Amino acid sequence: MLDRQLTLDPQVALRPEPFGALAYHYGNRKLIFLKHPDVVRVVQYLDNNERAECTIADALTACDIAESRWPAFERALDALTESEVLHEREQVTAG
Amino acid sequence: MSVNKSPLVEQLKGGLEAPICLTWELTYACNLECVHCLSSSGHRDPRELTTAEAKAVLDDLHDLQVFYINIGGGEPMIRRDFFELVEYSISRRIGVKFSTNGAFIDAEKARRLAALDYLDIQISLDGADAVTNDAVRGTGSYDTAIRAMNHLRDANFGEFKISVVVTRHNVDQLDHFKELADEFGAQLRITRLRPSGRGADSWHDLHPTNAQQLQIYNWLLAHGDNVLTGDSFFHLNALGEEPLPGLNTCGAGRVVCLIDPVGDVYACPFVIHDEFKAGSVRDEGGFTHLWKQSELFAELREPQSAGACASCGSFDACQGGCMASKFFVGIPLDGPDPECVEGHGEAAMLAASSSRDSAPVPRPMMDHSKPARPTEPERVPVTVSRR
Repeated sequence: MLDRQLTLDPQVALRPEPFGALAYHYGNRKLIFLKHPDVVRVVQYLDNNERAECTIADALTACDIAESRWPAFERALDALTESEVLHEREQVTAG
Repeated sequence: MSVNKSPLVEQLKGGLEAPICLTWELTYACNLECVHCLSSSGHRDPRELTTAEAKAVLDDLHDLQVFYINIGGGEPMIRRDFFELVEYSISRRIGVKFSTNGAFIDAEKARRLAALDYLDIQISLDGADAVTNDAVRGTGSYDTAIRAMNHLRDANFGEFKISVVVTRHNVDQLDHFKELADEFGAQLRITRLRPSGRGADSWHDLHPTNAQQLQIYNWLLAHGDNVLTGDSFFHLNALGEEPLPGLNTCGAGRVVCLIDPVGDVYACPFVIHDEFKAGSVRDEGGFTHLWKQSELFAELREPQSAGACASCGSFDACQGGCMASKFFVGIPLDGPDPECVEGHGEAAMLAASSSRDSAPVPRPMMDHSKPARPTEPERVPVTVSRR
């Protein structure tokens, strides 16, 4: 699952807060709490990254998240996908 | 198990960079005179924010990344610049949820509303039939609301909300409200009655009885996330092991606040009183400065004393209840909620009103009620000038 390519839904706004960030989905009106600043960093990395092939593993590595914490991050990112904050990046076929 | 001890709720109590839930009463003008109106609305205040001032506030809220605002009043659609402000807000990526009695939603307005993205509508209804509703909201107000709901449905607005203040007279109608909402493809929202505004006088006759509180709690547990509550019933959590859905803590000045029609900023929509006024959006620094620097909000974000409730086993569940409800019945802010499910509210209210040294029960401020009229006069086709 770490090879998935996720990105922030364009209808979602992320607002930094002392505990992490608040995400609001303008489409389904859901308010989501990102409860750790490291999760916020990873989400922002996934979103800002221009590389179309950036995977979850790439993002976790780039954000210096220790591998022992990866399972927890996978769960967090799964939950964010479930609530439509994140979604699979559209595959752009080359050429 | 207690949801209130979660680190997240503790964080929220310390305040956020910007409000999650900001209510903005656009005008004190209203075509109705509901007996429980939390803002004692009736006639317009000449000092109300101009269109330009309101847009400047929206610019501030945009910079703060406020996701959405709850617009109310009075009746917000009475403002001539209502659509201009709503459209401006949405263009600044601030979603709008607005509360209305529906009087100004005709077929054309319904289509205009349906065309807007990021707009939610709450139609206020306090009875599942005309008799129950009109006793609180005034003659004809039930039909007015239903007419507006029909227009919204015809315009394919989608899922609007029906917003009910729960009273002892409509608590038995919760299933009917749900059926009505389902019939319209709407979502039901029920909220708690507070002794605020004109409610300070009507609350004593309207608030649910103790037995009815259990009824509300059980009904909410049965309906879960399908019914919205604005997280307003957290004082009921002491009734059982299972917490109600939602944040279950008082957000006043921490995640919630109110901007009133003249630009004054209060800790929550239910405390229009100088004691809970942080300042005005017209002050130097505007709303942003107030949210981040106001002394009142800083105090509210400090850990609060459990006071008289410290020794009660239910405090973790109910958090001492609602600040506004205590204030307007004269109970100290660290005392029990007047509707405390353990029954401590009655005694506290009695103590507040009978103690010889105690200050008089605070009265709501900013009364814009229309002048009292003799018992419902016949409607005459001329406007009699009155002060």
